[in-house]
Amino acid sequence: MQTQGSSARALPHSDHGTPLRATVIWVVLIAATIVTWSVGESGATGPAIVGLLFSIAFGKGALIILDYMALRRAPLMWPMLALGWMTLVCALIGIAYWKGLAA
Amino acid sequence: MNTCAQTLVSPPALPAVASDSPARRLPGDLAIWFFILAELLAFGAFFIAYAFARANNVELFNEQQLALDRNAGALNTILLLTSSYFVVRAVQAAEAGQGRRAATWIAGGFACGAGFIVVKLFEYTAKFAAGVSLSSSTFHMFYLVLTFFHFMHVILGLVILAALWNGARKGRYSPGNMNGIETGAAYWHMVDLVWLILFPLVYVMR
Repeated sequence: MQTQGSSARALPHSDHGTPLRATVIWVVLIAATIVTWSVGESGATGPAIVGLLFSIAFGKGALIILDYMALRRAPLMWPMLALGWMTLVCALIGIAYWKGLAA
Repeated sequence: MNTCAQTLVSPPALPAVASDSPARRLPGDLAIWFFILAELLAFGAFFIAYAFARANNVELFNEQQLALDRNAGALNTILLLTSSYFVVRAVQAAEAGQGRRAATWIAGGFACGAGFIVVKLFEYTAKFAAGVSLSSSTFHMFYLVLTFFHFMHVILGLVILAALWNGARKGRYSPGNMNGIETGAAYWHMVDLVWLILFPLVYVMR
């Protein structure tokens, strides 16, 4: 159950950041997407490229989780769970890619 | 929690909580976060299954991936990110006491989400015309199941955004009533989040 004290609501403090911060993050997310798309267009392959792709994906995901989902100021369990999910999925994709190289 | 001492010491005109040390708070309804966790686990299982299926069929996956429309995938990434950005601006507007203005931002978010659906339908139409089906190959099975599972989440997200838009138009969201808009926004960002892995995994990694 969420309880929100009425006194806290009147504060200038924001749980959702500022419009400027949200806009800067959007620019970073779009730029990162263009990098990922360019890698695809170039046809580049290999462990370093896949490492780059999923590092970018992890960075974008972290921005969504911490800023857009506003988990940066949530009880620590929640950002840790979401970032832990990202880490686990990206790591297992990396392991599977490695396995495919060895096959 | 208020003690007599606090009441006496704290002037009523000042906020009870210092603005530089706000309490940690989970935005929106607690239930949506358990739902989001369950969704992340389901998508995660699909992604990992795809990655290991690919490891056993690298040549097939690499060859058939070349036929995917990467431009459509990238465009859809941009549409979802922009939609998420508009929804953040809607939440910020509501938080700033501009509840009705939030409706305009949500409408922008909805339009981008609807754009995703249109692009995806063009992509599916082209694929079906080329003979792609669930049974045409392991790669196509994964491509269709993964993207369609996500597609259904976008549709549910659009229904939620439509409800938020309606609520915002009626001035339902305000600094004192953020629960509904925060709950809907959290779901919509989850739909974006999983696509951020799906796109490089299915469309780019080779």
